[in-house]
Amino acid sequence: MKISGAEIFIESLKKEGVKYIFGYPGGVVLNIFDFLHDEKDLQLILTRHEQGAVHAADGFARATGKAGVALVTSGPGATNTVTGIATASMDSIPLVVFSGQVPTLLIGNDAFQEADIVGITRPCTKYNYLVKDVKDLAAIIKEAFYIATTGRPGPVLIDLPKDVTSAKADFVWPDTVEMRTYKPTYEGNRYMINQAAHMIAKAKKPVIIAGGGVISSGASKELKELAEHTDIPVTMTLMGLGAFPGSHKLSLGMPGMHGTYYANKAIQDSDLLVAVGMRFDDRVTGKISAFAPNAKIVHVDIDPTSIRKNVRVDVPIVGDVKKVLQTMNKVLKEEVKEQWGEVRKAWLKQINAWKTERPMSYEKDTDIIKPQYVIEKIHELTRGDAIIATEVGQNQMWTAQFYKFDKPRTLLTSGGLGTMGYGFPAAIGAQFAFPNKLVIDVAGDGSIQMNIQELATAVINKLPVKVAILNNRFLGMVRQWQELFYQERYAHTKLEETIPDFVKIAEAYGAVGLRATKSSEVEPVLKEAFSIRKTVFMDFVIDWKEKVYPMVPAGAAIDEMLFREETKKSEKKLKAVK
Amino acid sequence: MRHTISVLVENKFGVLSRISGLFSGRGYNIESLSVGETIDPQVSVMTIVTIGDDWIIEQITKQLNKLIDVIKVVDMTELDHVEREMVMIKVAPRQEDKAEVLRIAEIFRGRVVDSSQKTYTIEITGDEKKIAAIVELLKPMGIKEFVRTGKIAISREGIKRP
Repeated sequence: MKISGAEIFIESLKKEGVKYIFGYPGGVVLNIFDFLHDEKDLQLILTRHEQGAVHAADGFARATGKAGVALVTSGPGATNTVTGIATASMDSIPLVVFSGQVPTLLIGNDAFQEADIVGITRPCTKYNYLVKDVKDLAAIIKEAFYIATTGRPGPVLIDLPKDVTSAKADFVWPDTVEMRTYKPTYEGNRYMINQAAHMIAKAKKPVIIAGGGVISSGASKELKELAEHTDIPVTMTLMGLGAFPGSHKLSLGMPGMHGTYYANKAIQDSDLLVAVGMRFDDRVTGKISAFAPNAKIVHVDIDPTSIRKNVRVDVPIVGDVKKVLQTMNKVLKEEVKEQWGEVRKAWLKQINAWKTERPMSYEKDTDIIKPQYVIEKIHELTRGDAIIATEVGQNQMWTAQFYKFDKPRTLLTSGGLGTMGYGFPAAIGAQFAFPNKLVIDVAGDGSIQMNIQELATAVINKLPVKVAILNNRFLGMVRQWQELFYQERYAHTKLEETIPDFVKIAEAYGAVGLRATKSSEVEPVLKEAFSIRKTVFMDFVIDWKEKVYPMVPAGAAIDEMLFREETKKSEKKLKAVK
Repeated sequence: MRHTISVLVENKFGVLSRISGLFSGRGYNIESLSVGETIDPQVSVMTIVTIGDDWIIEQITKQLNKLIDVIKVVDMTELDHVEREMVMIKVAPRQEDKAEVLRIAEIFRGRVVDSSQKTYTIEITGDEKKIAAIVELLKPMGIKEFVRTGKIAISREGIKRP
């Protein structure tokens, strides 16, 4: 029996096990929306902006590991997805985004609400399609999910002209996908793995750097086994937080620009870096030529282009992190004879000395609210059992520094693209996946205003998403740079006069709004928010002067860090000179 | 260093723009690019001439391989191979130079494919050096128009480098 393209779309998504589509209607996707209207198993979640829809799908994907799905109309609907798609692309998140398109015959005519979205998204998708014939639709959808979720995951876009969704064809769902051009490498080269294992056994000062690839390949168990068996300290990139328990004694926290003193010191001093599922982003390496000068580098990644892109690599291993680590652990346990106990003791002693020398800390205050205190309290009250989304900027870095992520898929944050406005819709997507989990978005007063309209989505769907706004009345991270490097000339970062009343905004949408202005109010506000099964905005009016430390200035080596205490002293000195 | 890279791709619409977008998006140079169908009409071959150090060339070949529509990438520069390019040169010589133009064409085994009262159009096939040489010789004669196909390359059989 022949069915329409719109029905094929729905049947295909059901075959893929999709339950939620995040989307927004419009003229050319009406055929699909009309069928979705009666659909029981496949729910369309109406966001209030297409960008919100894609971020929500992305949050769903990060929290579950499954592909997130979004559906939008042509033209502006499609172009509004670009930020969301680019966000997912930079962080290797599996998404399948469907955009409506004007009827095939009108394509290229500058028709109403026409945009060449396949052309526009080509550089920020893993792959994209324009469906020209309804007969291809089912196979394309199958292939799109396959591409999005395998290898190095990423977003895939499918552009659906209106006439394709109304045309009819038999529904034929392919059992498998066979592509001659796309065959990711999963098994690492055995010779290279052996070599790496022996280097690990012999190393005197090894460090593991774990990235988002550990999470996407589900290799946390294998990573922990490797670290514990070989007694190697582990530092996790922003995308890798949760891949290894942050509260583990071998954890070094995050490296890089706002990383811990001890992670950066360990990297710079190490003789072997074992990089797994990470890509040596500039925020991690700082000045490349001064990065880990004495270290040999073992690099495990499923994407060959990540290897030798930014840093020299001594042992490249292309493969799935989980499979490679399984083999590596086996080799280390069964074939390697070296004893590393004694050498490691000395190295771990050195690391502990760094940890004692400069632990992660902040100036406590009994009156004014310190943002780090809010994060610590969130961690304490949730006992780490929550899904935390962040926006981008200081709020993101304080969360990364002061919340100990122990489990994978508990941090949703835009690492690569650094998208303000990501966190709130992402939290909404994650809450759909885990309705009974505590989902918290840590926001800033700038970022939250970038997708604040999603309050409507949260409220109407009765989602108990909590938003903790660290309100410093500034675009804080940019202000921090202006303060340190632009002589305190705060060009367009002061939001002071125009900050809306977040409590009233929450209430206007039917959510709950709470506010804390004193340190003593932080805990009561958090407790109250966590006890309400409703969407809650918490407005924490924090110390605006607070900065993210340590900090590696742009272009410096990662052990050339600025610290709170020293910077304060030099500020005083500067003032004395004036 | 200059590299000639041969890329087998699925013959689908949009593939050329994926490849050229990769080069422009990542700031790699394209010196020349030629595309054509292979014996299998579902497969095209692109010959790309690009410049870069070893790091960049390694990234270019990896990035090309990563593209979903790419079947195979061969850096011809690493192999023994034959390179050819075809150019057509429309020359408008003065009366006294006409014979010289034809003589040059003959020396380079070129063919005159069109002539008018004032012009000759010469077709020449060869490698980079040969084409550079004839252009050098014809320039003083007055080149009116100049088109080239971009380089194509094919590997040699039988001789294997160690």
